[in-house]
Amino acid sequence: MKALVVAALLAAALPAAAQESKVQLKDAPGKDKAQACIACHSADYIPMNSRFMDKAGWTASVNKMINAFGAPIAKEDVDAIASYLAENYGKPPATPQK
Amino acid sequence: MDHGRRRLIAALAALGVSRSALSAAREASGPVGSMADLGFAEIPDGALAEQLLYALPGKLPLIKKTFRPPNFETPVQYFRSAITPNRAFFVRWHLAGIPQVGAADWTLTVGGESAERELKLSLAQLRKDFKAAEVTAVCQCSGNRRGLFEPHVAGVEWGVGAMGNATWRGVRLKDVLARAGVKGNALEAVFDGADHGAIDKTPDFIKSLPMDMALDENTLIAFEMNGQPLPHWNGFPARLVVPGWTGTYWVKQLTSVKLQPQAEKGFWMNPAYRLPRGRFKTPSFKSQLTEANEPITAMVVNSLVTSLKSGQQIARGKPIDVRGVAWDGGAGIAKVEVSTDTGASWQAARLGKDLGRFSFREFSLSAPTREPGSRVVMARATSGSGETQVEQLIHNPAGYHHNVVQRIYLEVV
Repeated sequence: MKALVVAALLAAALPAAAQESKVQLKDAPGKDKAQACIACHSADYIPMNSRFMDKAGWTASVNKMINAFGAPIAKEDVDAIASYLAENYGKPPATPQK
Repeated sequence: MDHGRRRLIAALAALGVSRSALSAAREASGPVGSMADLGFAEIPDGALAEQLLYALPGKLPLIKKTFRPPNFETPVQYFRSAITPNRAFFVRWHLAGIPQVGAADWTLTVGGESAERELKLSLAQLRKDFKAAEVTAVCQCSGNRRGLFEPHVAGVEWGVGAMGNATWRGVRLKDVLARAGVKGNALEAVFDGADHGAIDKTPDFIKSLPMDMALDENTLIAFEMNGQPLPHWNGFPARLVVPGWTGTYWVKQLTSVKLQPQAEKGFWMNPAYRLPRGRFKTPSFKSQLTEANEPITAMVVNSLVTSLKSGQQIARGKPIDVRGVAWDGGAGIAKVEVSTDTGASWQAARLGKDLGRFSFREFSLSAPTREPGSRVVMARATSGSGETQVEQLIHNPAGYHHNVVQRIYLEVV
């Protein structure tokens, strides 16, 4: 009981860093490479920008992070990261019109 | 079917709201920061699912957009008065390195190629050596309402709360620049703050102003907000206050001001914070123009209804109480008109106390309800220079200047 109360108090006072760690990227192929994004910003930037970009849009975003912001991401990883983002946080495929 | 009713149904359909869903929406309060509640297009579904209420140290629970860097939006309830409380004021940072700056350690360096001399000023010197100045002004992120863009554009997917109105107190930038001596060749004043990127390669957040804005009597180096020291998250110990212009110029944790004879070329001046040339009737930042684009400058006229939510039911015979705030880029609010019939007719709202041309201006109107049925409430502000909110979004790649007239869907029962 006491442990529960303590846990509840801790949860209430959880600092931003601990709250941030609760934001997890989806488990799927390419996640390991996409984790490079988290070096500079929290993971929530990714779901926040979903789901409206296709792979070209996500590729442009990843390239902007590298070229404008100096993200430590190897050029050869861009495609894998953009594929992961498009697959898991991309624009849903268009539904056929009735 | 009359025009207004057709528009209402089309608008509801566009929002994905059926008439029966309106009643359901009333019962289940939507997710945190849902924009459909306010009669706007919804922010992206991923953003809506991700956000939550979270209190940063010293702040009230605000709508979390991102943790690092911290980007937090003010919930609508805090706009029910003209002054936004410090603890509820939105938080917006570009870079994750945000030092805790102590008032005693802080120094402002003023100089540059177009200054006669370099000054190093402590907070105590700023307070003691210069005349105090105060202005009530709206600080609004350039991308406020970006999340409501259709089609969506990438960025922080703000709803309506990346803004606030406060009484800022500090000293006039022009007085400080006069002490440093402004050379005749000064073209821009360049501002840097203590914040920095998580890695060295990320461009530092550096902004510039044209000299006429830097020397404007309303442009302040502020160290107080609503009678209190600036909160850490809003730029303690001192920030730039540029009334009328968007928040991007209001550099927080200000550490340096440089006068220079050439245009500032850093990332945050170009390509960031740009609009396609000539799409908006806002002032030009002449030394920064390119053939294709120009920096964002003054805010466009806008308003927000804070007293009603879409899906709300009003008992027949009870009035519809329409209240909110309106603001613009410094011409002041001339009038706010309200419609309760989808724009078929408009009535002038009563304006609240005038807190100055850079401030939120409260408005209110009470409209009778006689017949049951659907009603659409709209509010449209007009500035002192005759600019009015738009019916259709003026789309632009970075998602700035969203000032589309709001439509709130009510049911009179």
